[in-house]
Amino acid sequence: MPFQSTVGDYQTVATLETFGFLPPMTQDEIYDQIAYIIAQGWSPVIEHVHPSGSMQTYWSYWKLPFFGEKDLNVVVNELEACHRAYPDHHVRMVGYDAYTQSQGTAFVVFEGR
Amino acid sequence: MSKKYDAGVKEYRDTYWTPDYVPLDTDLLACFKCTGQEGVPREEVAAAVAAESSTGTWSTVWSELLTDLEFYKGRCYRIEDVPGDNESFYAFIAYPLDLFEEGSITNVLTSLVGNVFGFKALRHLRLEDIRFPMAFIKTCGGPPQGIVVERDRLNKYGRPLLGCTIKPKLGLSGKNYGRVVYECLRGGLDLTKDDENINSQPFQRWRDRFEFVAEAVKLAQQETGEVKGHYLNCTATTPEEMYERAEFAKELDMPIIMHDYITGGFTANTGLANWCRKNGMLLHIHRAMHAVIDRHPKHGIHFRVLAKCLRLSGGDQLHTGTVVGKLEGDRQTTLGYIDNLRESFVPEDRTRGNFFDQDWGSMPGVFAVASGGIHVWHMPALLAIFGDDSCLQFGGGTHGHPWGSAAGAAANRVALEACVKARNAGREIEKESRDILMEAAKHSPELAIALETWKEIKFEFDTVDKLDVQQ
Repeated sequence: MPFQSTVGDYQTVATLETFGFLPPMTQDEIYDQIAYIIAQGWSPVIEHVHPSGSMQTYWSYWKLPFFGEKDLNVVVNELEACHRAYPDHHVRMVGYDAYTQSQGTAFVVFEGR
Repeated sequence: MSKKYDAGVKEYRDTYWTPDYVPLDTDLLACFKCTGQEGVPREEVAAAVAAESSTGTWSTVWSELLTDLEFYKGRCYRIEDVPGDNESFYAFIAYPLDLFEEGSITNVLTSLVGNVFGFKALRHLRLEDIRFPMAFIKTCGGPPQGIVVERDRLNKYGRPLLGCTIKPKLGLSGKNYGRVVYECLRGGLDLTKDDENINSQPFQRWRDRFEFVAEAVKLAQQETGEVKGHYLNCTATTPEEMYERAEFAKELDMPIIMHDYITGGFTANTGLANWCRKNGMLLHIHRAMHAVIDRHPKHGIHFRVLAKCLRLSGGDQLHTGTVVGKLEGDRQTTLGYIDNLRESFVPEDRTRGNFFDQDWGSMPGVFAVASGGIHVWHMPALLAIFGDDSCLQFGGGTHGHPWGSAAGAAANRVALEACVKARNAGREIEKESRDILMEAAKHSPELAIALETWKEIKFEFDTVDKLDVQQ
């Protein structure tokens, strides 16, 4: 079927910035992205917020940034602990780059309801 | 000891060719590619360039004895062969800092690329590079916000920004124009752009455009939950009108405005950058007319100089070409000037066209904008070449989608995020580009259709695939 014969109706979607247009990541895929943060020398940070506040600049920290943490499993366990504690919140993974004083990356791992 | 006045014409090289001179840290250094008239010795040509771009004139004049020309004169301190070219040579010239007004790119260029370019003893002359001394850099305002602040304001991390220019570039009414902006932004782009030709023409006056665009930006932001922006072009007939437009963009709460820095001029650009710094506004910079100046290999100014000048004059984003389009052969050169936009120190590297070590100190960085003739199949190569601190702009590649601009925007966003995710996971995104895009298309009908639509550009894609971009 020639694709030109069907024009689709593109519906606007609410998204949460980086990786917002990809399907939810599998556990292995999430591990890969956290491993990337650690390999870049960035500090892993977990942040969460109720969906009503998703456009706020500041989301709540889960504990403190995990400065110097190199163990992937520690970070993953903390992510899951945060999700258990705030099941209705968005939870995002951030990598703090101390050299640029910016976030090397930030993406939502669990979407709240 | 005072000198005697000796009227007449001296050879330039007697005064301005000083091969023993060791440049000072505070000197402004320039490298010119010189092609002299036949029979004129290299040293005389090079010295003439140094003289005519600094203190010299064709004749000895009595009044030069009233000052200390040894302190003020430019000096050619080195001559080098141009590899593979017998008729041209590189002349390295050192200029004392006091020849230039603080913070004035206009003044630097008036001296370095002024009268000297019409000098009869030269057939061609090209300014290849400038080493700006830290003492001068510290007098320049630079990017109004810079890469870090721009990311924080736009809330975009870990990936390039995604944008596009609104098309058709001329002839849309303000309301129709705003509709296209809305479609692009709701589809997943971060930023849209006024075409550089759009100023305030009879078919669409600037105030009308600004108002409709602001409504489109705010609506898209509300519906998507993401931060959006549109570069409102403030390039205008007079500086007064330029500032009036900038003020109105601020009143509408827009995050970013735009200026054409070469046609508008460096004085206007520096002024607008200062305004942006004071008013918390981001500044996107277009470069119309650059190719008139930078394209000829033997005459004019290399774009790396124009890029360095922009970083000093001020801008948060600058167009740099796409590499994968017509400028493919110039990949190394592009990387060379992109470094000079973004890094805090860039070492001399002739394989990238950088003739000097350039220390930028604390000057903020400028986003490199890749725009023009690129589409979704180019995404892996663009990410590999330009990295995260870039803005990738797909015009035809967005509006040309069979479902329209929103679907085209979504296709580009999916492709970009799939490439970033794959890169972070350690995949070789250029080698595996086809697999990465095809996998992503399984979850995105918009991307699947985009890949189908632009598949005839496969030849170009294959060429891109061969590039070895890993450092």
